[in-house]
Amino acid sequence: MDKTVNQKAWFLVLPVLLLVAFSAVIPLMTVVNYSVQDTFGNNQFFWAGLAWFEDLLESERMWDALQRQMIFSAIILAIEVPLGIFVALNMPKKGFWASFCLVVMSLPLLIPWNVVGTIWQIFGRVDIGLLGYTLDALGISYNYTQDFFAAWTTLIVMDVWHWTSLVALLAYAGLQSIPDAYYQAAKIDQASRWAVFRFIELPKMMGVLMIAILLRFMDSFMIYTEPFVVTGGGPGNATTFLSIDLVKMALGQFDLGPAAAFSLMYFLVILLISWVFYTVMVNLDKRES
Amino acid sequence: MTDATTTAIPGNLTAEGTKKRFKVKGSVIVMTLYLLFLMLPIYWLLNMSLKTNTEILGAFSLWPRNLTLENYATILTDASWYMGYVNSLIYVLINTVISISVALPAAYAFSRYSFMGDKHLFFWLLTNRMAPPAVFALPFFQLYSSVGLFDTHIAVALAHCLFNVPLAVWILEGFMRGVPKEIDETAYLDGYSFGRFFVKIFMPLVASGIGVAAFFCFMFSWVELLLSRTLTSVDAKPIAATMTRTVGAAGVDWGVLAAAGVLTIVPGALVIYFVRNYIAKGFALGRV
Repeated sequence: MDKTVNQKAWFLVLPVLLLVAFSAVIPLMTVVNYSVQDTFGNNQFFWAGLAWFEDLLESERMWDALQRQMIFSAIILAIEVPLGIFVALNMPKKGFWASFCLVVMSLPLLIPWNVVGTIWQIFGRVDIGLLGYTLDALGISYNYTQDFFAAWTTLIVMDVWHWTSLVALLAYAGLQSIPDAYYQAAKIDQASRWAVFRFIELPKMMGVLMIAILLRFMDSFMIYTEPFVVTGGGPGNATTFLSIDLVKMALGQFDLGPAAAFSLMYFLVILLISWVFYTVMVNLDKRES
Repeated sequence: MTDATTTAIPGNLTAEGTKKRFKVKGSVIVMTLYLLFLMLPIYWLLNMSLKTNTEILGAFSLWPRNLTLENYATILTDASWYMGYVNSLIYVLINTVISISVALPAAYAFSRYSFMGDKHLFFWLLTNRMAPPAVFALPFFQLYSSVGLFDTHIAVALAHCLFNVPLAVWILEGFMRGVPKEIDETAYLDGYSFGRFFVKIFMPLVASGIGVAAFFCFMFSWVELLLSRTLTSVDAKPIAATMTRTVGAAGVDWGVLAAAGVLTIVPGALVIYFVRNYIAKGFALGRV
């Protein structure tokens, strides 16, 4: 749609601008402020320059957390995206069962995050949880609070449980937009199932799939509540992801300077991915019109 | 022509028809397994919420032997428990109302007009939807403490605007761009003022969009824990925080914990049927 140039439209945007400025810009400025100062308590601050940032770049703790975060996000994407597409391809196209699948699949997406954690915390317990009990009965030693491997597996399965439906629903929406004529043409050409997927379904899904991938990357990159409830970042620091580490630093130890520098680095990464996301969205809008 | 081909598929009894039916069976198996995987943990929570603690910790059973609603009764009669739900509902509703009412005009402006800096503004909004709450927890705590709003519902509601206002703007803009511009122009020619046109004609046209945006604001505010926990202590303590505190205290009351969990799923489960076709659209910020 071609838009009219109208500078007065600013008045319509003003409330949003003020509100978001209040809840985003002021706090961010506080963070910037802390990141360049040091304190001995009593609200006495003095200039520290870029010291916190230099510390941060040499801090093993931050790099470890970042590394764990990257590995976690990569595993999540590697499982959820193919699985989501696979599920979407198998969903009924219309009628009662399509609605049924949509409703059941949406359910995990709407559960409060701490309850998602609670559900899996209970589900995985060896004494009272179905999963833990079954694994234990099968003779597999499984303890997500003690064992590194079990903790990671639990968190990954939990995230797959929680979010695969999102990828599936988006891919499904992409599939729904493919006109029947495409499939009929493929049938006439006697295209194989793989060819239909590769040359019709995948290209048509690409736009929404990019959104799904970016959303999943973003949200897994900021994950806090679910691992906090299930493992609390342990055993040791095994599942201390970026957000968990940051909250520990800022609210637990009240290390304002390092936490602020950490926050800014974190935010820059998010900003970068947001930009990619935005570009994808704008291209998608253009293609539509 | 198209009718003939689409109706021919189910009744087709040739070799190809049987192949088709076999494939359908495969997808039924896949979907059954997947839905089972999704439902099992939820079933387990429900199962535990209907057991007594002695039964939970005693014999392992796949369904409650002595069905009890005691855990739910505990929550619904104890003020320190049910006030958690009330507090959550209050700030979630305030947040939804604020988010939608400021987002409506803004989304209209973005969908209809181009103005100086519109693209930058739109992008900036997106970055706030993506902002990690962990980054904002400490500054929010200090900001709202310094203005005397700590432990109030309005503080949490405003804090959640950080990601909900951008979300609402993006979703609403996605819906509004689908409404032809000619409608606006005709209304203005007919002598409607902007306000009257917006409320009487435009809002009913994007009613489903408003519903979806409101639902998502509600949902994202309802599921958030970190900010709401950081900004409250007693008076506005959300249910999510009430739950985590009880886990730590004097052994874990598994039955009540499970019942509290089940109750937090209820609001989502109640409306899920009505929004089922919009879930993908809402999560994709109105772009599917």
